[in-house]
Amino acid sequence: MPSVVAMTVARYRPEREPAPTSETYEIPFRKDWVILDALNHIKDSVDGTLSYRWSCRMGVCGSCGMKVNGTPKLTCATFLSDYVPGPVRVEPLDYFPIVRDLVVDLTDFVRKLARVKPWIIRKEENSPADGEYLQTPDQLDAYKQFSMCINCMLCYSACPIYGLEPGFIGPAAVALAQRYNMDSRDEGAAERLRILSEHDGIWQCTFVGECTKVCPKHVDPAGAIQQYKLTGATRWVTSLLLPWGTR
Amino acid sequence: MKADPHYTLYHPRWYRRHVSVWWWLQNRSYTAFVLREITSVFVAFFAVVYLWQIRAIAKGPEAYAQFLTRLGTPFFLVLNAVAFLFVLFHAVTWFNLTPKAMVLRLRGKRVADGVVLGLNYAAWVVVSGAVAFVLLRG
Repeated sequence: MPSVVAMTVARYRPEREPAPTSETYEIPFRKDWVILDALNHIKDSVDGTLSYRWSCRMGVCGSCGMKVNGTPKLTCATFLSDYVPGPVRVEPLDYFPIVRDLVVDLTDFVRKLARVKPWIIRKEENSPADGEYLQTPDQLDAYKQFSMCINCMLCYSACPIYGLEPGFIGPAAVALAQRYNMDSRDEGAAERLRILSEHDGIWQCTFVGECTKVCPKHVDPAGAIQQYKLTGATRWVTSLLLPWGTR
Repeated sequence: MKADPHYTLYHPRWYRRHVSVWWWLQNRSYTAFVLREITSVFVAFFAVVYLWQIRAIAKGPEAYAQFLTRLGTPFFLVLNAVAFLFVLFHAVTWFNLTPKAMVLRLRGKRVADGVVLGLNYAAWVVVSGAVAFVLLRG
């Protein structure tokens, strides 16, 4: 095992340079370090000007998504030892505008997420006196996978369609829409389908499948989108054959 | 005087990257994806060949014989072989997609992807067998 590893980190300091550059740091190799530990080491002991996001260190908050050697990763869950002898290249997530160094602006996603109404929609709310909405373990199981999304944006960074068509609503937003559609307490599926079958919705997806591969929480956004396409197509055929039918 | 007149302190100046024309060479799954999309051209090619064949049959035995000789030329043999490989790739990737799009639930549990895939392949074999039976019977 090497004693030091070269880590090339993308830098963008808008007050100094018009376009991103990179800087290489020699960092001590430690078997138990993840990429985020190495970045923290650089920040604490080598170069305090390096900017990046992180919070929980345990794959829950979804803040520390970056590209490691070209692949979108949660840096808190990616071991340095998998990249020795190096060099390791750390870059900001693709397709989002870079604010500084490894920090990207996620406003676009936050707006898109709100558009798919990721909350439980009821035609009529029960009053608190009626008690909770009950759910069986099987009903929970139907959407649980999609509810594991931590909004880390690795799937957007892996999606060339999002890069080429920035209007595309994107993998995580569709997976989260599906999370509520599959929820037995929810009654908003038709409302969401209207939004998601628009031009920038599910039909932009041509099933590259990389979003599912990079997802650290096994949400399978690609699956969510394909299932949604099937639902959308079935609805469309039904409305064509039975225009008077109940929707 | 500020050093850089374009920069305002504490105000973000985003750097927006653009996607390279060669993005699909970045990793193998992107390349496989683009190849899969290109298979549509070869599917269309086979459709045109079938229409051509039907026209030749309608014109009579002489025209059909001419059609067969033309298909037997090295150019068409190579083209057909390449097109066949692409169409096979198209079919396999299409089948692999089905368990993603169709989630079957049996007694509350999700049916495994391999089972959905296996059933699709089985249906393909049965339908192909039936077609072959009808065609080869006479």
